[in-house]
Amino acid sequence: MSDTHAQSVAFVRDTAIPAAPPPARQRGAIRWMRENLFSTWVNALLTIAALVAIFFILRGILPWLFNGVWTTPSLTACREVLQGKVGGCFSVLTERWNQLLFGFEYPRDQYWRPATAFVLLFAAAAPVMFFNLPRRLLIITALYPFVAYYLIWGGTVLTPIVALLGFVAGYLAYAGLVRSSFATGFFAGIAAAALTWWIGGMIVSAIAPARPWLVHVPSRELGGFMLNMILGVTCLCLSIPLGVLLALGRQSRMPLIKGMSVVFIEFIRGVPLITLLFVANVVLAYFLPPGTSFDLILRVIIMITIFAAAYIAEVVRGGLAALPKGQYEAGDSLGLDYAQAMRLIILPQALKISIPGIVNIAVGLFKDTTLVSVISMFDLIGMIRGPILAASEWKGIYWELFGFAALLFFVVCYGISQYSQWLERQLSTGHR
Amino acid sequence: MTTMTDPEKGGFHVSQLLSDTRYRAYTFQAIALIALIVAFAYLGANLVSNLRAAGLDISFKFLGSEAGYGVEQALIPYTSQSSNWQAAKVGILNTLLVAVLGCAMATVFGVIAGVLRLSNNWIVSRIMAAYVEAFRNVPVLIWILIIYAAVTNAFPVARDYLGEDPERNMMFGVMAFTNRGVYVPMPVWNAGAAVVLAVFVLSLIAIALYRRHVTKTLFSSGRILPTFWPTLALLIVPTVLAYFIMGRPIGFDAPDTLSNRFNIQGGVQISASFIALWFALSIYTGAFIAENVRAGIQAVSSGQTEAAAALGLRPRRIMKLVVLPQALRVIIPPLISQYLNLTKNSSLAIAVGYSDITATLGGITLNKTGRAIECVLLIMLFYLAISLAISVVMNIYNNSVKLKER
Repeated sequence: MSDTHAQSVAFVRDTAIPAAPPPARQRGAIRWMRENLFSTWVNALLTIAALVAIFFILRGILPWLFNGVWTTPSLTACREVLQGKVGGCFSVLTERWNQLLFGFEYPRDQYWRPATAFVLLFAAAAPVMFFNLPRRLLIITALYPFVAYYLIWGGTVLTPIVALLGFVAGYLAYAGLVRSSFATGFFAGIAAAALTWWIGGMIVSAIAPARPWLVHVPSRELGGFMLNMILGVTCLCLSIPLGVLLALGRQSRMPLIKGMSVVFIEFIRGVPLITLLFVANVVLAYFLPPGTSFDLILRVIIMITIFAAAYIAEVVRGGLAALPKGQYEAGDSLGLDYAQAMRLIILPQALKISIPGIVNIAVGLFKDTTLVSVISMFDLIGMIRGPILAASEWKGIYWELFGFAALLFFVVCYGISQYSQWLERQLSTGHR
Repeated sequence: MTTMTDPEKGGFHVSQLLSDTRYRAYTFQAIALIALIVAFAYLGANLVSNLRAAGLDISFKFLGSEAGYGVEQALIPYTSQSSNWQAAKVGILNTLLVAVLGCAMATVFGVIAGVLRLSNNWIVSRIMAAYVEAFRNVPVLIWILIIYAAVTNAFPVARDYLGEDPERNMMFGVMAFTNRGVYVPMPVWNAGAAVVLAVFVLSLIAIALYRRHVTKTLFSSGRILPTFWPTLALLIVPTVLAYFIMGRPIGFDAPDTLSNRFNIQGGVQISASFIALWFALSIYTGAFIAENVRAGIQAVSSGQTEAAAALGLRPRRIMKLVVLPQALRVIIPPLISQYLNLTKNSSLAIAVGYSDITATLGGITLNKTGRAIECVLLIMLFYLAISLAISVVMNIYNNSVKLKER
């Protein structure tokens, strides 16, 4: 067909003309700006307003950041160095670095211990956070609480070992008897653990060395960002199992169990955390046997744990409710009893749905650990508002300290929420 | 041969209490009940013996005794000779004040940020994303302290405004920003002010009636009556007329910088702690609300917008008639729980010395009287009452917007 016109027409183009580039206004950066920044009058005005706002913010912050002084011993010395120029006195951070991180009472020559525990935390968290790591690494996670306790509090090494042995004994008893019935295995496990701890406790108090390898550090000497980390991690780990139990209780068909769970969850969710911390601080002592002295940090851990557990229970309840009814019925029709159905069918799916929600609760919980400064514990905020701002060298410095605290929390919380989004993408097994 | 496992006929064995699903529930509940009673009895016995050892008792008589401390901001008459109960009421009102104002401002922040985050203007949506992330990921306590430090350090001292030739002039001649707070004019109600207020309320009712009439006309005849200008006119004209007819009964007591050499007199002092708490709570909660608003708008599928456009609706009507009613159903429940969170977070007032219920009853009264159990119990009951009230409202709302299915 191509030679149909060969005789009648002088020239026929038989190839397509290459596409011309779009006009300059329709390509590259200009086009992007026209579409994204100046598409309408309103948009153009918004863009200009935003640029002006950014300009003023940067003009305020950048000199403060780059003229900063990092090496003076006090605020007056810092102001002398600055000589009236705009600049931050970041030397308060370098000078009080250890206090900000570890509190002002932790023995100076022992700082390596919490630092090691912090580094090990990543090794322990990794197998839980990333599912494609070898499952055998979970042993590190299981051992971590005992190692971290030993590193941070010190004292005799026998205490964490006995605690660990109790858990091992409990697990062995549970694994041996769970085949007959879950309840038998569960209670046998608890009994075995309690027995081990009781015997072990007597042995430890009998043979504990007077001078342990690691000096014992009492709880009241913990402080700084370390305290926030300890409270956040401990309370989160303790509150997840409690929250799952509460959620199951709330879903239960037994009216009494259900009622107790509902009252507990709604009560805890209805009051602010501060009132619970007041309870830990001034009220809880009235309800304990006379003469028992309970660590304040332990009381606070209990309160934050039940606070977080109530919120996690609601998240897990959402996960349980989101499962199709067929899953429950499938468990029943297979002849599984309640514990088996929950362990093997319901909870693995429900928890998977609730993981993003639980991570959100974790971020909130970590932020809420700052509230302990209100009951005069010296966490990061407590350190800043108490010893550092009260010191004569640093009286009157705010932005550098609070900015540092905000930055530290932002890094951790933003990291967790980014992890949560990544996890959500990983877990979406594509039902859409 | 049948494989049915009929319940065994005959006698009841004790072992069935654990093995038979018909009875097991009762066993477990009995165990739980006994454990609960034992736990409460144990705690109660400890409480009684501890109280006896300390020579105390549980009584609320301390509420009637003299408080003996002053508060910075009281909405009802209060002096240091007033009772602890009066102090608690001052605290309750202050909590409610900061909660209501905070919720209002948080909604404004949140809606603006949430809508702008979906804007197709790249730089604006980035800025809003930065705002949301920055405020969601830093504890609210830090924001309260930062804003409090900003108010108390960056604002000038009151002395700068004083005298015939002040270093600073008040904004619009009536507002003074000092490190102790902001001084604004106080309205003074003279005789006849009630009439102006009544006229204002009546015009609000008239606006509502007019709008209903507009909708009715639209549905019955298809005619679209104007709404914006009549509403504006109804809002302003009658009230202004009444104001002038009654001889300007509402005046303003502006802050006076001349009568006293040491401090500003007159007007209303909005304390620095209140400003810090209000602003920090609303900007923090606003970041969460922004996310709710964004999620709500995105939850309306684009097919709805396109269908409305295909029916020939204009963009504003699409928003008003199609998108918003569906988005609000998604937005409002988390919005209300954000309000609840804000109210509970307002208990952080104690960190900046704003006298809310936690700071008066749970702070100074508790420390002065030593009545820890009673004070904490009362505070908890107060917050529980608020959260129960809010969840009742939420349930009513949820039922009213629930999709009516057959």
